[in-house]
Amino acid sequence: MSMVNATDASPLLEIRGLYKSFGPVEVLRDVDFSIYAGQVTALVGDNGAGKSTLVKCISGIYGTDSGEFRFEGRPVTIHDPRDAAHLGIEIVYQDLALCDNLDIVQNMFLGRERLSGIVLDDPTMEQMASDTLASLAVRTVSSVRQKVASLSGGQRQTVAIAKAVLWNGKLVILDEPTAALGVAQTAHVLELVRRLADHGLAVVLISHNMNEVFAVSDHIAALYLGRMVAQVKVTDTTHAQIVELITAGRSGNIGLPADADAGDAFAENGVEQ
Amino acid sequence: MTTLKATVDAPIAAAPPMSSYARDYLRRLRGGEMGALPAVLGLVVLCTIFSIIKPVFLTPVNFANLLPQGAAVAVIAMGLVFVLLLGEIDLSAGYTSGVCASVLAMVLLNFNVPWYVAILAALVTGTAIGLVLGFLVAKVGIPSFVVTLAAFLAFQGVVLLIIKEGQIVSIQDSTILAIGNRNLTVVQGWALFGIVVAGYAAVQVTRAASRRGRKRPYDPMNLILMRVAALAAVVGTAVFVLNQERGRLASVQGVPIVVPIIVTLLVLLTFVLRRTPYGLHLQAVGGNREAARRAGINTDRIRISAFMICSTLAAIGGVIAASRANSVDARTGGSDVLLYAVGAAVIGGTSLFGGKGRIIDAVLGAAVVAVINNGMGLLGYSAGIKFIVTGSVLLLAAGVDALSRRRASAAGLR
Repeated sequence: MSMVNATDASPLLEIRGLYKSFGPVEVLRDVDFSIYAGQVTALVGDNGAGKSTLVKCISGIYGTDSGEFRFEGRPVTIHDPRDAAHLGIEIVYQDLALCDNLDIVQNMFLGRERLSGIVLDDPTMEQMASDTLASLAVRTVSSVRQKVASLSGGQRQTVAIAKAVLWNGKLVILDEPTAALGVAQTAHVLELVRRLADHGLAVVLISHNMNEVFAVSDHIAALYLGRMVAQVKVTDTTHAQIVELITAGRSGNIGLPADADAGDAFAENGVEQ
Repeated sequence: MTTLKATVDAPIAAAPPMSSYARDYLRRLRGGEMGALPAVLGLVVLCTIFSIIKPVFLTPVNFANLLPQGAAVAVIAMGLVFVLLLGEIDLSAGYTSGVCASVLAMVLLNFNVPWYVAILAALVTGTAIGLVLGFLVAKVGIPSFVVTLAAFLAFQGVVLLIIKEGQIVSIQDSTILAIGNRNLTVVQGWALFGIVVAGYAAVQVTRAASRRGRKRPYDPMNLILMRVAALAAVVGTAVFVLNQERGRLASVQGVPIVVPIIVTLLVLLTFVLRRTPYGLHLQAVGGNREAARRAGINTDRIRISAFMICSTLAAIGGVIAASRANSVDARTGGSDVLLYAVGAAVIGGTSLFGGKGRIIDAVLGAAVVAVINNGMGLLGYSAGIKFIVTGSVLLLAAGVDALSRRRASAAGLR
């Protein structure tokens, strides 16, 4: 894991003019989105604003109608999840996608096991899993051979995030990682999110919690009815402004122009999956 | 450095004390992870009761009878573990064994082929059946309960058609008859004992040594010694008893040939399930299919292969059953075989909810079923009572499974 200086110079992933519709319903309209290495970019928006769709376009689960993706400055196309994984894009889904009946090591290596001959190379995998957790300063997990079933919500989140790091993800997208967690665990996971960025990874954090967003992010990107209405530095904005952007798509002189949101605004409601 | 919990920051290189293993085991037990304990306890209790009421239960003759009696069910149950691990069911496994046994008998009867060709024909039939069942479940998307229930009905008819309505096809081939009826020699029996114990010890020691070399936590030598000693005691006693002279007219002694067959399958399938990526992926699909899919595992292929393994093992069970009965008829693999096999897997500790199950479960569970059958038979109970008791034991085992899941979720383990 290289320590990259966080600079705004050039984004790790830059999306320009992304359109996506499901049949007649236009879910994403002319979306621009820049994600920087070493920084946490919060992606906010009301239910149905298109956050999940945007993430699924980035991860290759959905194809796009049009739009340009540049990864590390090179134009790329992401057709399926494997393309995304190949670029180093790792997504931690809300439902975490862990197998309860397997242990931490088995989950972290699932589908990409290390072998010696034809058998699983357990000592090596254990060591790598331990090292990854240690590099993230995770101390809450007592044994990497614990079944995931026996872990708390926060610990599961930690395992899911560590899995992304283990596979040398350059961009980690976290879909509401704290939605189901208690206060202490939320704090722990947020610390981990911050640490990922400090390690030089680009992090996208989807969240509904403004305190959380302001606590850990460097940038905030607000989606409103399928449009990216603003992407601002967290130091240049306030709670109230972001809430306005989320609910009205506009706040003072940022966001949509004053007359743009009246007509076809509510077409996209309820399409977020 | 010598705590049980290997903290991730400082992986321990030294072995933890023995008492911590006991504590860890008790903690898992309380959390509802009972493993083989219910089956082993049940086995001990049943054997004690039967030997008190009917001392003949504890004779070498009866013990030697028990093993081939339970062998077919044990092998079919091993196959069912693969399907149950996925949270699926194969209700047709019993009649699949019947169909394969019929194929074996008819190939031997009609074509003058060596025994291994006939067995190969039976196994290929089983694999093909599994392929079709698995395809219908994984690709077409019919619930396995329905697919295999339909197969359960249809295969009864297939057996009848193959053996031409109600005939009894006797088996003459001496090699195939030997599988279910003959014994190893005394020396071969002790050789089997030596291979099993030495093999187990070698696996345990090399694993500990390799983990120690990589500075990972490993099992201490005295724990390994205890395990090996316990295995040696159990296997040694069994071999000793089976090597006693138990014939009345002619000399009969030795370990039944089905025992090395079952031991081989047990070791091989446990290896596949625990040590290979395939086995891990199978468990992952059973635990969380969506997670497995996102991890890039071809879940359809895994599911089809599980049905293929299950049906192939059912075929082996059918061969053993045919050999044991010296013949194949319309009831081979029928009536109670499937329920006993499912019962064996579940009694042994395999979950009907998927994601949890080991091959040894099937063997232990089959032992419980065989002991109930054998003991109740000795006590002179009718078939009716036997069915009711076996059914109750299956229900009890499924209840323990369901309750231990609830306990696990209450303890925050699930």
